[in-house]
Amino acid sequence: MNLQNLWFVLIAVLWSGYFLLEGFDFGVGMLLPFLPRDDEEQSAMFESIGPVWDGNEVWLVTAGGATFAAFPAWYATMFSGLYIALLAVLFFLIIRVISFEWRSKSKSPRWRRVWLWANAVGSFGASLIWGIAFANLLYGTPINSSNDFDGTFWNLFNGYTVVAGLAVVAIFAFHGATYLTLRTQGDLLERARQAARGLSLLAAALGAAFLAWTVVVAVNRNDKSAFPPLLPALIGIAALVLAVVFVYLRREIWAFTMTGLGAIAVIATLFTSLFPRVMVSSTDFANSLTVSNSASQHYTLQVMSVVALVFVPLVLLYQGWTYHVFRARVGGPSGQPT
Amino acid sequence: MNLLAASTTVDLARAQFATTSIYHFLFVPLTLGLGPILIVFQTAWHRTGKEAWLRLTHFFGTLFLINFAIGVATGLVQEFQFGMNWSVYAKFVGNVFGAPLAIEGLAAFFLEATFLGLWIFGWNRLSPRLHLATLWIAVAGTWLSAYFILVANSFMQDPVGYKLENGQAVLTNVWALLGSHWAYYAFIHTILAGLTCGAAVVFGVCCWHFARNRSVEIFRPAAKVALIVLVPVSCANLWFGSHFGILVTSLQPMKISAAEAQWNDCQKCAFSLFQIGGFTQSDQTPSFSIEVPGLLSYLSTGSFNGKVTGLTELNQQYEKQYGRGNYLPPIEAIYWSMRGMAYAGSLVALVSIIGAFLLWRRRLERLRWFLWLGVVTIFFPFLASAFGWCLTEIGRQPWIVQGLLKTSNANSPAVSTTWLGISLGVFVSLYIALLVLDIWLMRRYAGRDPSDPGEEPGGAPPAPAIGY
Repeated sequence: MNLQNLWFVLIAVLWSGYFLLEGFDFGVGMLLPFLPRDDEEQSAMFESIGPVWDGNEVWLVTAGGATFAAFPAWYATMFSGLYIALLAVLFFLIIRVISFEWRSKSKSPRWRRVWLWANAVGSFGASLIWGIAFANLLYGTPINSSNDFDGTFWNLFNGYTVVAGLAVVAIFAFHGATYLTLRTQGDLLERARQAARGLSLLAAALGAAFLAWTVVVAVNRNDKSAFPPLLPALIGIAALVLAVVFVYLRREIWAFTMTGLGAIAVIATLFTSLFPRVMVSSTDFANSLTVSNSASQHYTLQVMSVVALVFVPLVLLYQGWTYHVFRARVGGPSGQPT
Repeated sequence: MNLLAASTTVDLARAQFATTSIYHFLFVPLTLGLGPILIVFQTAWHRTGKEAWLRLTHFFGTLFLINFAIGVATGLVQEFQFGMNWSVYAKFVGNVFGAPLAIEGLAAFFLEATFLGLWIFGWNRLSPRLHLATLWIAVAGTWLSAYFILVANSFMQDPVGYKLENGQAVLTNVWALLGSHWAYYAFIHTILAGLTCGAAVVFGVCCWHFARNRSVEIFRPAAKVALIVLVPVSCANLWFGSHFGILVTSLQPMKISAAEAQWNDCQKCAFSLFQIGGFTQSDQTPSFSIEVPGLLSYLSTGSFNGKVTGLTELNQQYEKQYGRGNYLPPIEAIYWSMRGMAYAGSLVALVSIIGAFLLWRRRLERLRWFLWLGVVTIFFPFLASAFGWCLTEIGRQPWIVQGLLKTSNANSPAVSTTWLGISLGVFVSLYIALLVLDIWLMRRYAGRDPSDPGEEPGGAPPAPAIGY
């Protein structure tokens, strides 16, 4: 495998990490207005992701930075082309990030309600737009011969991309619910289980529809044969179906593993469907950005490979340790989040 | 008409970059500087077991976190807008500039974000020693982060370790990039500025409590720590900043001459403390100015007798090198930015020296006028930082990468003026709203009594005073 392809895979891994990890904290955020009955339970839900959301979000920062370094043309076209979409993502992420530190800083119920909703709306909005944005890379956007986007915001919406957005929202909400079944206790745990059951069929149905449609789009619009994309799509569909089963069987760790796999399958299927292109042009297929025409020079990729080889395992090690430290369930009868 | 639209697009993109950078850098130096002071407090608690140090850690830790969130949030905008607003630039430098950004994420920001989470929530879950270590690591992460970001920025000021290939800058030597002299200078200057901001906030908050005669016992050691940091650091940064000027003169002579509105070549050049007029090509002689003889030569060459090349001559040199055109940055803006930075920085140094003297004479806690001055001094290092970035970035114009790419050619062709206007509007409104709330929160939390955590606004339980 040459370095360009390796970096295409690594970018997919970074985005997968982002979907796997921030996926459940977005999900917890979306459930904030619905699950907790009182302020204490709301705090418990915040605390369930409190120690880890920031580390999870760094996967996004790193995915963005790595795309900039390894595929400058992809980064430039994607970020300028999806301008309004990314503007909205930034808006949602900003209000959400701040809600974590600020909500607890006043007793006023109105203040706390505002930041709770900021987190929920931010989580929902960011998930929806990430889904739509990634689906557009494959579905194709107007890209001209100088590799620049020349469409409008409304070009980003069509049946497929909207289903993608909704599927990502549903999968993340489901993923968040299964996470909560591992991290809460008492009444809140009971309601988290209910939410997981309630969301499971919807997420599996939307997820399966999106993954299957992705393979169709890959064949029709990106000149792919069905096989390679079909593999991650089927794994994703199987994982989501198994997640439904495990949720009903109350096998919580397994259910969470499967929703996580479902979140990863979104990226894996999209990236497998994209390769060797990174952004399909709907204006003229020849204008599409490819791995080779958007990649950095060999030396940059070499340097970045060494950096990734050293630091990615380290990051996994200490992030894993963080999850181990905060494995205890939050909230509960004592009412004191410890 | 098209030309007009093009120039407003670049202007709007610049306005957005400037707003976000300045705003982001209100919160970054506080993180860089308050972190190490928290380390001092918590380490002192760990070593001595004295309750007061723990209370100070919680108290200033809360102020730290209120601001940290905005720093993180605006940092995302910083990273995204290179691609969103400056796609030509992103393609041109991605090979080189992308690398330190990506390394920052992998090597520094992961460290900072993960270990800060451990610190905030780890009070009762980790052993005290391990918990203290998480703070050290998180702060090390913030400093590393600053280094990599400044490496990236340095490439715009003084490109090194690259070659041009097919109209792109291509990385040839990563060690040259990471070892850029400019980056080292900028890093030390930034860290000293960060420490100044952090210590000034701690000192100002202490002064506020002294002035209201509240919790004096608890804040006394904090004021001492703050001054021990503030006096040497703020003075060192004045010296170091002027020393940095010599490097800048050798690499970006235009920036320094423009910052002094020095039109003609000169030797033993005077530094004007203040001047009226003299900022445009048609009006080169100020109608009024106060000058210090020889100081400009000293600041830009290290010798009072040094020779400084004037703007007119520099522009002719640039025309020979890069073709006909106007290579002058906006002179009046950076003339005043330079002075805003230097004067605000000097004021901090002065106040801190007087503060240290008063502390030594045991008069600090009772001298009310000075205590209120100490409170106001909180704002000066932040002003100095903002002016400093204006000087650096406006002074680089018309280049986005010195000598390689012009700002006016670097914005995103796909992004229309309307979109830019909308996004600038969204960000500015959001920034203003958040700043108002932030100041409100800071005032509230800075004014509370640290010895009585049960009475905290928000009613957080005593044990994890920092938490959700």
